[in-house]
Amino acid sequence: MSQTDSPLPRSRAKAGRHSLSGSLERVLPRLVVAPSLAVALFFVYGYMLWTFILSLTDSGMLPQYDFIGFAQYTRLFANERWNVAATNLVVFGGLFIILCLFLGLVLAILLDQRIRQEGALRTIYLYPMALSLIVTGVVWRWILNPGLGIQSLVRSWGFEDFTFDWLVNPDMAIYALVIAAVWQASGFVMALFLAGLRSIDDSLFKAAALDGASLPKVYWRIVIPCLRPVVFSAVMILAHIAIKSFDLVMALTGGGPGYATDLPATFMYTYTFTRGEIGLGSASAIMMLCGVLAILVPYLYSELRGNKHG
Amino acid sequence: MKTIHALAAGALLATVAGQAQAAEIEVLHWWTSGGEAKAASMLKQKLEAKGHTWKDFAVAGGGGDSAMTVLKSRAISGNPPAVAQIKGPLIQEWGEMGFLGNIDKIAEEENWNSFLTPQLAAYNKVDGHYAAVPVNIHRINWLWANPEVLEKAGVDGLPATWDEFFADAKKIREAGFIPLAHGGQPWQDATVFEVVMMGIGGGDFYRKAFVELDPEALTSETMVKSLKTFKKLRGTMDENIAGRDWNIATSMVINGKAAMQIMGDWAKGEFTAAGLTAGEDYLCEAAPMTEHMFSYNVDSFAMFKIDDEGKQQAQMDLASLILSKDFQSTFNKAKGSIPVRLDVPLDDFDACAKASRKAFDVASEGNGLVPSLAHGMAVSASVQGAVFDVITNFFNDPEMTAETAAKRLASAVRAAS
Repeated sequence: MSQTDSPLPRSRAKAGRHSLSGSLERVLPRLVVAPSLAVALFFVYGYMLWTFILSLTDSGMLPQYDFIGFAQYTRLFANERWNVAATNLVVFGGLFIILCLFLGLVLAILLDQRIRQEGALRTIYLYPMALSLIVTGVVWRWILNPGLGIQSLVRSWGFEDFTFDWLVNPDMAIYALVIAAVWQASGFVMALFLAGLRSIDDSLFKAAALDGASLPKVYWRIVIPCLRPVVFSAVMILAHIAIKSFDLVMALTGGGPGYATDLPATFMYTYTFTRGEIGLGSASAIMMLCGVLAILVPYLYSELRGNKHG
Repeated sequence: MKTIHALAAGALLATVAGQAQAAEIEVLHWWTSGGEAKAASMLKQKLEAKGHTWKDFAVAGGGGDSAMTVLKSRAISGNPPAVAQIKGPLIQEWGEMGFLGNIDKIAEEENWNSFLTPQLAAYNKVDGHYAAVPVNIHRINWLWANPEVLEKAGVDGLPATWDEFFADAKKIREAGFIPLAHGGQPWQDATVFEVVMMGIGGGDFYRKAFVELDPEALTSETMVKSLKTFKKLRGTMDENIAGRDWNIATSMVINGKAAMQIMGDWAKGEFTAAGLTAGEDYLCEAAPMTEHMFSYNVDSFAMFKIDDEGKQQAQMDLASLILSKDFQSTFNKAKGSIPVRLDVPLDDFDACAKASRKAFDVASEGNGLVPSLAHGMAVSASVQGAVFDVITNFFNDPEMTAETAAKRLASAVRAAS
């Protein structure tokens, strides 16, 4: 039996290395992916390069190519509104990611306790993700409006001194943004963590129970470290949602009382298109890219290098 | 076979002949709501009656922000529309880049210089040649009021100075109404501020500060006083102004929740739509201290450079139609503005429009005719944006002083220009 089997695989293997069909088999996947790769290279990285070039020019309403070095960057850092926007991004992004991770993890751990109606609860927590950010922004604008929403509701219950006017307060408006964003995204993070938790082997829990570890300690010492890859993906996704938050800001505060809730994305749009200062807007876009790279590249490096060995 | 050839030749001839006379032009505008949309379709019908085709290119967004962005992308790609709604100094910017055509032919034929104010006509010229046609004149410095609310509060007539305004506001507050309805959006904050400033400083000061951008004027005592008065106005508004649209604020006046609003005369459209009559159900007066001032906002249609002769003819026809007495009358009645053509009689316009025309004549003879900065008539978009930032931030920050704001204004304007 084995005698008749062996010639077949051997000849097939030989064919894979030298024949036309074999080399086509190797080349074909690359050929098929090549167009979309070329498109991505050109339209994403090519345009990133064009934006960088524009940030070195004196472009106003339309692109012009008189190069002025890094003058736009100097103007950018002297711009009061940019400083507010950059600070806001750090505050908003940081709080958003940390709160989403925390809430998502807590909800996932609670849901993981094999409760009844887990499916229904999971769906309910995940629903906000299905809403567009504009809808989220508008709804939360009504809820947080002092005259229409929570403040007026609690006051109508009799607590005349209750104030919750974060939305119209220049110092607190950014935290109102965080509330709306966390509400939307934490369900998604919960789903990620739940999948991660479910993939942990049951035997781990049994072994820990045998060693006499309490449930909280099991979670803290064993489960959460196992979830590091999930945290990595969640942070990647949350970070890009935070940077992209243009529609949420426009819908919820329109830039805030004054420009207190301006974010780099809204700054870039306003200066590039509404105010016809393409050079300055491009500089701000490149700064956004640098900020993102400064955080993500080390994180990517540490996680993926770890994976190679682990 | 012969008949097919003949038919084909005949069809070809017919299309060629047809193209020589009628042309299709694409018209970009942002008149998409209510009365404005009706007015735009009025113009379309008149153009099509002349045999041309109007390809509508409406981009929604009240102030024209989105329309301008779309126009820029079309222009860069080498395919701009034939006609676009551009106003103020922006026409010069487009003209300097070489995008606009020359419609002197029709301007001379119909003698536009005889019925257009030189100051307003200048916006529509590039290098001395007409490149755009103005449509209307809006006045910004109006004070709208609900007479019932004023009566209930015991206020007799509209305030003529800011001191009277604050005194009246106190009475209105005590009667349980909101003295000034306002929407907390940057352009609305800037509108109210420039109205305050032109009243306190006068026409010459306004021009020095907001057209010539003189740093001394921007940090002067008059500016600080204007800023202080402006900040004080916040106490006459309700606490939910953040992000409110201008027409919601107007509806507060219509519903009797608020007494007054400072807004341009497009607000008249809201009152008319609610079935109210000027002078009886609602009052219109010049904002305090601005009786001799006329802050204007003029919409224009700019004609782009096009090689096709048929389209050029269509552009000329459109320009001629826009300035025809008939269209000027009907359109401006629907829009709430007054005709830019000064020889159009205003007999069947309402009381506020007639008052607007009288104010225009008075202001043109004096030095009170000023372009509105808040509505893109005075400076470039980047300077306007910088001023907006400072004003709206000052308005919303309880701790910023007027002196700091004035200094910020000067430095922001310098950085943006």
